[in-house]
Amino acid sequence: MFEEDAKPALPRGVKLQFDSARDHWVLLGPERILKPDPVALEILKRIDGTKSIDQIVEDLTQTFNADRGQILKDVRAFLEGLSDKRMIDIK
Amino acid sequence: MTVGSTDIPAPMGLLAELTHRCPLKCPYCSNPVELERRSVEMSTDDWKKVFSQAQALGVLQLHLSGGEPSARGDLEEIIAHCSTLNLYTNLITAGVGIPKERWQALADAGLDHVQLSVQAPTAEANDFVAGFDGAFRAKIESAGHVTSLGLPLTINAVIHRHNINTIEDTIELAASCGARRLEVAHVQYYGWGLKNRQSLIPTREAVLDCMAKIEAARERLSGSLVIDAVVPDYYARFPKPCMGGWGARSLNVTPSGKVLPCHAAETIAGLTFESVTEKPLAEIWYESESFNKFRGTTWMPEPCRSCDRREIDWGGCRCQAFAFTGRADATDPVCEKSTFRNRLSEIAEADAAAEEAFEYRSF
Repeated sequence: MFEEDAKPALPRGVKLQFDSARDHWVLLGPERILKPDPVALEILKRIDGTKSIDQIVEDLTQTFNADRGQILKDVRAFLEGLSDKRMIDIK
Repeated sequence: MTVGSTDIPAPMGLLAELTHRCPLKCPYCSNPVELERRSVEMSTDDWKKVFSQAQALGVLQLHLSGGEPSARGDLEEIIAHCSTLNLYTNLITAGVGIPKERWQALADAGLDHVQLSVQAPTAEANDFVAGFDGAFRAKIESAGHVTSLGLPLTINAVIHRHNINTIEDTIELAASCGARRLEVAHVQYYGWGLKNRQSLIPTREAVLDCMAKIEAARERLSGSLVIDAVVPDYYARFPKPCMGGWGARSLNVTPSGKVLPCHAAETIAGLTFESVTEKPLAEIWYESESFNKFRGTTWMPEPCRSCDRREIDWGGCRCQAFAFTGRADATDPVCEKSTFRNRLSEIAEADAAAEEAFEYRSF
């Protein structure tokens, strides 16, 4: 379980970019091309290595006027999935 | 442009065989038996043009391979070009003959990921399979340079009779090298691999044991090392979905510029492949006869045509079907529905018991 003050960052070799040929965002990694769902994309766009999980959750809660507890749960589950694939660093 | 009822999707990945030159002589090399020589290799500008066209076509990831891609002195320049195009660059290397300064230059050029081959987990076994003394030490040094530069590292291990029993040591080696990922592949039996099947194919028991060890390691190393592994197809019930379907997701360009649906496609007699030095990549992808030949499902004979797995494994591997049955449109002989399946099992069993010396890869 990641602490709320931990800061996620995409490591070298993992890139979020817009795929203009297919008109959607992709997360590129070693031998991986993932198509993030809308929730995952909103989280990924906020990951810059300086924002903590707490700050990301706060931002999402404000932006989408949603339940903070639910968002925290979603963010944690998403980060754990990426961490299992070794596609995120959390410091 | 459609084939049958399926729209042709744009390719996601491109494997670039920048050169067939390589200091290693692995007897299961994925390059063709008829290797292309240095004199026919495309120039730096030709390759840059290929990658620009690939990006425009929709390719996201490039696999810069060989041979040994670092045998080309322009590798940094090629990577820098791809970087400006936002193409993800994956270097597939043997890690031999690349000093620290060169790794630094490759990293500075914008390289995204390194996939380093290891033939076996000890120097003696590794160098025997690679046919090159000192290869193991050079690989370990390269792994150190890659990780200290902060580049993500995958170790790739091709498994066969001579290293299958040391899979746990290979996993340990990958973890201790600081790799994030280990790719366990098995020898594919066409081209060089087919020449050496009698000296390479493991027994079914060894394969099952290896898979159990990988499963245990996966759990133990969860969160530190990702292990991607597949069942070797000679011992599977169904064929592999080769390339995710012929001409469906990716393409291969040879050193001289020939464009292939997969790296082994030239083993299929009767197909002609076009060159990117003569035609734009997009035209070859969408319109060439060779790419359209086995696209979708309308080319399939029975039992594939009415099989409920036809859009899961796409009939399996065309090269394996041709090598084993003489017909490129036959069901992959690995499939339990193929009339060749029993024959394939008999050959696998007989070859796994044979004792033959390698025929090393050579020009």
